[in-house]
Amino acid sequence: MLIGKSSKILSSEITSESAYLSRRSLLKGLGLVAGATSMPSYALTQPKSSDLPLYPGPDWLRPKLESAKTTWSLDEELTPYDSVITYNNFYEFGLNKEDPYERAQNFKTDPWQVEILGEVERPGIYNLEDLLAKVDIEERIYRFRCVEAWSMVIPWLGFSLASLIKQLNPTSNAKYVEFVTLEDPEQMPGQRSLFSTIDWPYREGLRIDEAMHPLTLLAVGVYGQAMPPQNGAPLRLVVPWKYGFKSIKSIVQIRFRETMPQNTWRLTASQEYGFYANVNPTVDHPRWSQATERRLPSSLFNPRIIETQMFNGYEEVAPLYAGMDLSKWY
Amino acid sequence: MVLTSRGLSRRLIWIFLFTSLAMPLIWLVYLAYSNQLGADPAKELVDELGQWAIRFLILTLCASTFSRRFNIKFLLQHRRMLGLYALLYAVLHLLAVSTFILGWRVDLLIRELTDRPYIMLGMAGLLLLIPLGITSTKGWQKKLGRKWTTLHKLIYPAAMLALLHLVLLIRASILEAIIYALLISLLLIERLFRKRKPKKR
Repeated sequence: MLIGKSSKILSSEITSESAYLSRRSLLKGLGLVAGATSMPSYALTQPKSSDLPLYPGPDWLRPKLESAKTTWSLDEELTPYDSVITYNNFYEFGLNKEDPYERAQNFKTDPWQVEILGEVERPGIYNLEDLLAKVDIEERIYRFRCVEAWSMVIPWLGFSLASLIKQLNPTSNAKYVEFVTLEDPEQMPGQRSLFSTIDWPYREGLRIDEAMHPLTLLAVGVYGQAMPPQNGAPLRLVVPWKYGFKSIKSIVQIRFRETMPQNTWRLTASQEYGFYANVNPTVDHPRWSQATERRLPSSLFNPRIIETQMFNGYEEVAPLYAGMDLSKWY
Repeated sequence: MVLTSRGLSRRLIWIFLFTSLAMPLIWLVYLAYSNQLGADPAKELVDELGQWAIRFLILTLCASTFSRRFNIKFLLQHRRMLGLYALLYAVLHLLAVSTFILGWRVDLLIRELTDRPYIMLGMAGLLLLIPLGITSTKGWQKKLGRKWTTLHKLIYPAAMLALLHLVLLIRASILEAIIYALLISLLLIERLFRKRKPKKR
């Protein structure tokens, strides 16, 4: 640097183009950069090289994702990107696990509006962008345990539901929060099926203290990028200590209520699926055991059968259910 | 053994049938081997083997019906193979559950068997098929005489148990179960009518 001439950027800080390119090809060689799309900050978990599509998301969301910090980590092997985005239960797009990946690619998730209503000071229809204006996006690596006894480890991007609820200011009558998925048979072939036993739209609910728990996440992305449509874009719930079906996808309505809301699987088979749906190895599903789970991806000769943990290993939520008979409130 | 041209064509048909009925299994093994069964191959494999067992049970029932109704002897001649394949797929289905889903953990195996109605029903259906498989040979057929026909009626309850087993596993779609239920009921109803006719005469 020359005396008397101040420059905001030191010339030594400028990376030459060739160095930049070789660094990038090195990263590519290591599988750290997938595809040609520019991906957000390298601090976040990135997909290992994959032939599958990437989901950069709308322009307004990208900077928020890029500035995300990892706030919740796990010492467990991540489920690979390819499995996370191709193995989904999203019955709106079909009953087979690969249906959502195959059928949801044209699902329109931007612009997106969410209606806030019920026992809340600021009801109304919000653009997702405005709803997210004041929240910080974090990366959180959570276990995900499906009621069907398989599980994954997933790097979500999102924000605590509590931070949104505080902004919306629910009234003291708000004892529960209800969530509703989009109903749009034109875009969602599963909603047109004549042989489905589900009454659309999909709905879920949480008790207000569960909703306010710091672990409860509203996710807008996964694997360092925006949420793929098959994973519930653009906005989905993630409640890591509950079975996966509680983590409702593609949310269009959030209602604060005084009474316990219904939830879709309880409506479909109430003797099998309850309101709480906490992961619990000691309370079996009537048709299969919940004592163990298969950590995906499994292979035939290495089925990766592991013991299921109480509250999926998130023991800190136990006080929420103090004194409750969890075999009754399954 | 001298092969007449009729004998040769029968043998060719046998080989053709034998390989085509093995195709679903070969296909599944190929998919498993090439890692194309998805993130949860165990579940996929178990589902497919179970469904093929039911499909072959239905085909076995079809063989008797069609050969009698339309006098197609060729179907009756190969009914045994169809039945044995149904048994094979059912046994592989059970082995796949025990190996890939339960990992041969005896505690889990016992609990699944004692606690879950759908497993008990499926197991009962499979157990009924085993004596049918054993006595499917010509030797046993001769030895048992008319009793053989009576014994092999066990395929009806076996098919119904397999169907119930499937129905109890339904999560959200009833399409497959409806198709199988319809086919099995049609085939069983046809048998009721067949038996009543001679009595009226």
